[in-house]
Amino acid sequence: MKKAIMIDDNDNVATAIAAINTGDEVEVISSKQEVVYRIKAKDSLPLGHKIALSDIKKGGEVKKYGTPIGKASKNITSGEYVHIHNVQSNRLPLTKHMLSYK
Amino acid sequence: MDFQGFVRTDGLVGVRNKVLVMATSDCAEPTARMIVQGFKDAVSITQHLGCIAIETAPTLTGVAKNSNIAAVLVVSMGCEGIEPEPIMSEVSKAGKDVELVKIQEIGTTRQTIARGREILQRMLEKACKQKREPFNLGRLAIGLKCGGSDTTSGIAANPAIGVMADMMVDAGASVVMIEPIEAIGAEEYLSHRAVNEEVRRAILKWISDEEKRWTIPGASVDFMCRGNIDGGLTTLEEKALGAVHKGGHRPIQGVLKNRRDYLETVPRQGGFYLQEGTHEEIPAITYMAAAGVNIIVFATGRGGVFGHAICPVIRVTGNPETWAKMNEDMDVNASTAMEGNESIESVGKRIFDEVVAVASGKLTKSEQMGFDNFALWRYDSRLEALLGLL
Repeated sequence: MKKAIMIDDNDNVATAIAAINTGDEVEVISSKQEVVYRIKAKDSLPLGHKIALSDIKKGGEVKKYGTPIGKASKNITSGEYVHIHNVQSNRLPLTKHMLSYK
Repeated sequence: MDFQGFVRTDGLVGVRNKVLVMATSDCAEPTARMIVQGFKDAVSITQHLGCIAIETAPTLTGVAKNSNIAAVLVVSMGCEGIEPEPIMSEVSKAGKDVELVKIQEIGTTRQTIARGREILQRMLEKACKQKREPFNLGRLAIGLKCGGSDTTSGIAANPAIGVMADMMVDAGASVVMIEPIEAIGAEEYLSHRAVNEEVRRAILKWISDEEKRWTIPGASVDFMCRGNIDGGLTTLEEKALGAVHKGGHRPIQGVLKNRRDYLETVPRQGGFYLQEGTHEEIPAITYMAAAGVNIIVFATGRGGVFGHAICPVIRVTGNPETWAKMNEDMDVNASTAMEGNESIESVGKRIFDEVVAVASGKLTKSEQMGFDNFALWRYDSRLEALLGLL
C-alpha cells in the first residue's frame, strides 16, 4: 500500500511519502497517523509531490497545511497528480522557463 | 514541567554556563582565540565585518547579555570603530562580570594574552561554582531555523518542530522565528495568527520589507527554483508554508525589531514571536541569541552540521537517507514520519523532550564535537535608507 500524508484536516491534496504509480491504491494518513482516505492514483508521481483528495474545479482553491497554496488552473479530479501543470500561484506566477520544468 | 538551568543576576535563566571572550574587531580575533585556548567552558567570538561595522554593536551586546553566558571578557585592539565601553556597560547593567583587555594599552599581544588568561581563569573559577537549579519551562526562549532543506523538511521535520513550538508556547516558553525571506508567500497564514491589528500590520511589513530587499531591479533573486519544483513544490505559497510551519500555530505576539542601533530582546511573558533578520544560518542564529534565545531547533533535510558559540543547536532531519548516513551528527530523527511509521505529533513530542533534555545539560551532537560557529550579519543601513525601510 502506497502512502501519502494529509498535513491538515482541511487539505484537499496529500503529499506522497513514497513514489506512486498509476493505478496504485493510496492510503492517506493524517498528522496523527490515522488513515483518512483510500484513493486510486490516476497518475504516477514522485515522493514529495501531491495527489488530489477530491475534485477541484478550475479556479478552486488548492489547500495544503490548511491554507490555500494556489488555485486550480484546470479541473482536477480526485486521485490526479497536482503540480505546476494544473495549479497556479496566487502570489507569484511561475515564469515560462520554470513552467517548462517537470 | 521543569528544566535544570542557571539563573543570572537579571533573573534570566541560561541552559549553558560559558564565559565569553569577545573580540570587537577582526584584528583582535587571534588574541581572543589564544586567550581561550585549552580552557573548557570558554568560547571566543569575533566581530569580523571590519572596523566601521558599528551596526553589529547591538548584536554583540545582545549575545554578551545572553543568559547562557556567565561572564564576559572583551578583547579590543584599541582603535576599532566599535567601542567596547558601551557594550560593557550594558553587560554590567545585566549583572554580569565584564572585563576588558585593550591590546594597544597593554602593550603587546603576548602580554594581552597572558593578562586575558588570568582574567578568564578567575571568571571560570567563579562561574563553575554556580549549579543548575530547577525552573519552569516558561523561563526558556527557543529559536527556530531551517537550512539544507529538501522535500522532507516541509512534510516531516518542520511540521513536527511546529508541534514542539506549540507545546512550548502552551508551557509558557517564548519561541522565536527569523528568516522573513522564507515567509514571502505565507502572508495570509501568518497575518491571521496576529494577536491584534498592530501586530498583523507588523507581520505584513516584516515580509514586504524583505521582498523589497530582494527584488531590486537588476539585482533581484528568484524565490522559486528548479530544485523546488523537482522536489514537488508547486507554488511560492506552498514553499513558504512548509518553511513557516516549524513555527506551529499559536498566536503571534509581535515582530522583534532589529535595527542599526538597537536589537529588541524577547519579552519573557512567553508566546510566539517573529524577528527581523537574515535567513543565513549562522548569522540568523546569532541574531536570535542576541535577542535572548537559549536553544535553537534546526530542521535540515540534507544534513547541516554546524553548532553555535552561544546556543546549543538541536538538529532534526526528516530525510531517512540523511538519518541513516549522518545520525552521528543528527539529534532527532523525524524521518519516521516521512516513512509513515510515526505520527508528526509523536515526533513533535520527541523534539520537545529533546529540547528539555538539552536545556538541562545534555550535549547536542555539535556540542560533543566542540563546534562553536559564530558569524554576524551586517544590517545595511545604506540599503534600508535607499529603500525607505529605516
